[in-house]
Amino acid sequence: MTKAKKPKLLQGNIACAMGAIKAGATFFGGYPITPSTEIAEYMAAQLPKAGGRFMQMEDEIASIGAIIGASCVGHKSFTATSGPGFSLMQELIGYACNAEIPIVIANVMRSGPSTGLPTLPAAQDVMQARWGTHGDHSIIAISPYSVKETYIQTIKAFNLAEKYRTPVIILMDEKIGHLREGFDVSDDEIPEIIQRKRTLDKENYIPYENTPSMVPEFIPLGCGARYHITGLTHNEKGFYTQKSDEVEKFLFRIYDKIEKNKEDICEYEMFEMDDAEVVIVSYGSVARSAKEAVSKLRASNVKAGLIRLITLWPFNDTLIYEKCHGKKLVLMPEMNLGQLSLEVERAIKDTPFYSLHGAKADLIDPKVMADKVISLLKERGEV
Amino acid sequence: MQTAYKKYFRDNLPHIWCPGCGNGIVMGAFARAIEMLDYDKDEVLVVSGIGCSSRITGYLDFNTLHTAHGRALAFATGAKVAEPRLKTFVIMGDGDAAAIGGNHFIHACRRNIDITTIIINNNIYGMTGGQFSPLTPKGRKATTAPYGNIDRSFDIVDLSKGAGATYIARGDVFHAFRLSYLIAEAARHKGFSVVEAVSTCPISYGRHNKFKGAADMVNYLKKRTIALNRASRMNPEALEGKIITGIFYESEDEEYCDAFERLEASVKKGARK
Amino acid sequence: MKTQIRLSGTGGQGIIKIAVILADAALYDGFNAVQSQAYGPESRGGASKGEVVISDTEIFYPKVELPDIVLCLSQEACDKYAYDIRSGGILLIDSQHCSVDMEKLQGVNIYASPIISTAKTVIGNPLCVNTVALGTLVSLTNTVSKDAVLMAMEDNFKTKILPLNIQAYEEGRKLCMKLLQENKRRAKAMERLKRRPSK
Repeated sequence: MTKAKKPKLLQGNIACAMGAIKAGATFFGGYPITPSTEIAEYMAAQLPKAGGRFMQMEDEIASIGAIIGASCVGHKSFTATSGPGFSLMQELIGYACNAEIPIVIANVMRSGPSTGLPTLPAAQDVMQARWGTHGDHSIIAISPYSVKETYIQTIKAFNLAEKYRTPVIILMDEKIGHLREGFDVSDDEIPEIIQRKRTLDKENYIPYENTPSMVPEFIPLGCGARYHITGLTHNEKGFYTQKSDEVEKFLFRIYDKIEKNKEDICEYEMFEMDDAEVVIVSYGSVARSAKEAVSKLRASNVKAGLIRLITLWPFNDTLIYEKCHGKKLVLMPEMNLGQLSLEVERAIKDTPFYSLHGAKADLIDPKVMADKVISLLKERGEV
Repeated sequence: MQTAYKKYFRDNLPHIWCPGCGNGIVMGAFARAIEMLDYDKDEVLVVSGIGCSSRITGYLDFNTLHTAHGRALAFATGAKVAEPRLKTFVIMGDGDAAAIGGNHFIHACRRNIDITTIIINNNIYGMTGGQFSPLTPKGRKATTAPYGNIDRSFDIVDLSKGAGATYIARGDVFHAFRLSYLIAEAARHKGFSVVEAVSTCPISYGRHNKFKGAADMVNYLKKRTIALNRASRMNPEALEGKIITGIFYESEDEEYCDAFERLEASVKKGARK
Repeated sequence: MKTQIRLSGTGGQGIIKIAVILADAALYDGFNAVQSQAYGPESRGGASKGEVVISDTEIFYPKVELPDIVLCLSQEACDKYAYDIRSGGILLIDSQHCSVDMEKLQGVNIYASPIISTAKTVIGNPLCVNTVALGTLVSLTNTVSKDAVLMAMEDNFKTKILPLNIQAYEEGRKLCMKLLQENKRRAKAMERLKRRPSK
């Protein structure tokens, strides 16, 4: 094969960084941490060529602070981290939710808690991504399962951050981050690049106006509107309020703008689901094992299918209920002790549900998944 | 309020500060400094952290960013690097800057980014009701140091110098016009500049430390402050307990955003080769 | 058709590098390829493992489930990574730094070659141990074409060190030739032995 035609052998972390640049990121602030560091290294090398600026900050709190600052003045901003760094960022993720500042955070998950196993994968930060910062809010989190999808979904993460003025978290894991595979993206596969909705009406600008779209229009700080951005609960003009009706309106708006737009936000893949009697629900790198397991099960005459969640938050409960309802059983393998399983179990209501926990800091073996399904079917007298 | 400076304020006063608080004086000094500098309001970005002092950004009619506790410099650094055209100021309290934000502070000094930082030092955490800060002098009382503070305190001037700031000054709220001058000079300086504004908190600090009231505290500042020039001719014993004010340090070094431009030019040149 | 390859050795030997080259070469040959790795905190020393799965269909599970081909360049790597190879698989080890328990590797084609010392003495650069190993392995297994490997090496080495690594690859290929000749000789000897009438 000639060089021009051959797919590029590309690592997941690099695909993420390339996606960020493609999406128009012009500011990166980060701090080195395994297993996400390749993202920062790529940004350091490529961002100056792409007209952006890379900063290595003094810690992860400074990193997220700096990217919020850069976003406030109108730049698409990005950081990448892992486990402990993600913990340090939590407070300011809440700030970005509250002040509605678009940012993108890639968290290449590693096994924890604490320093844990820095070089090994896990999906242990799924609940942290949803609930890590204090206070009520919603969040968008995406979990890609291949190198190519990491690229495409990173672009979409920026799009969603811009469209909904919210932090978006890309939940990768060490396996996806360090995996290398053929990368070949045609132009029509690249999503259209979205910019946050701006207004030019500086004179009458109401920075946090309640509109039907629930997403306020944006004017960067320093462009003539001279308004105030704060992490305090604020009224439409952006100033502190403790009036109960204003507080309630605000809190519901930043929640609903995401939770009521699931149809637009949530993505998933159906694999062998047309005639499936047994459903595996999975996401991230473990979904690769799950696909293999589905093939193995099909080979032994079990009609298995896979729902692969690409968007984890907001949680697509309607989809899970509709697709799992009436099936023989649902299995959810996860590289943790059962996190998103809790949501799936809640959503599917009365369908038999089982979770398969992976705590070996490694992908779950497809054979283990397939065997589990077969033994559960036997247990339930279904075979 | 003097009408000349009214244009720098939003129409949302009165402020939340206690009677006798120094924050308002620093805010006034800041507005006068901007008048001296003749900056276009649209080009000015003022960033603050959390605490009484941080509320200043809510009252000033500039581009204002009220961030999280200790993180003002992190936000400001991102904003400044992304948009170097903005005249960027950071206003922090002593706990904000030297405790929770200490790491960001020393690294901003080290980078020599063109941000003017004002640290309002009232020696206490005021908003939470009077706990000791890294700038509470040893022996003073606070609600979390009821038997007297045993922690040694920072000297902002020494700290900034050690960390690499290229303009360092200290003023106080009694000498409010001089404070304006120190802030304006700091803004004119290209690079990271620090102005410590020694202030007063009669409610959360003064009451616990035998000050009779706001006037007493301001008088204390008047008596204790001494200009750097004069202080340099005095012996250490005579300087015991004095607050030395003035411009302590000024030097030139490559500014951080300039360094970015240099880097970008060399990357582009490399790409052409 | 799926080929599962595991490359192992000590951190710093460049194991991951040749795993990348192998996967890249497979792409040049028009296959799908996935390369993954497991590594510890050490940049130098410790056991290092790189895995490559090559297939003509889409690859989901990226890890090696049952290795067809295993390379071990240290004793620790041998102990950890050699023994789950499939029967009929190919195991290549360094003849001077590794020993294996033949009892546990029944039905496996085992090749031992002085890879590390060849890098040191023939190439004069111990850093080339990985490309010597790559040369031996590729020639031994024919998983990817030599042409593809050369293109992949061009992509993955800086111009300055490319010629040295190609030389190392060639030396590795020679080691393979020697191994195959030896095998032939040994097979002939065995046959002769068998033909000799027993007393």
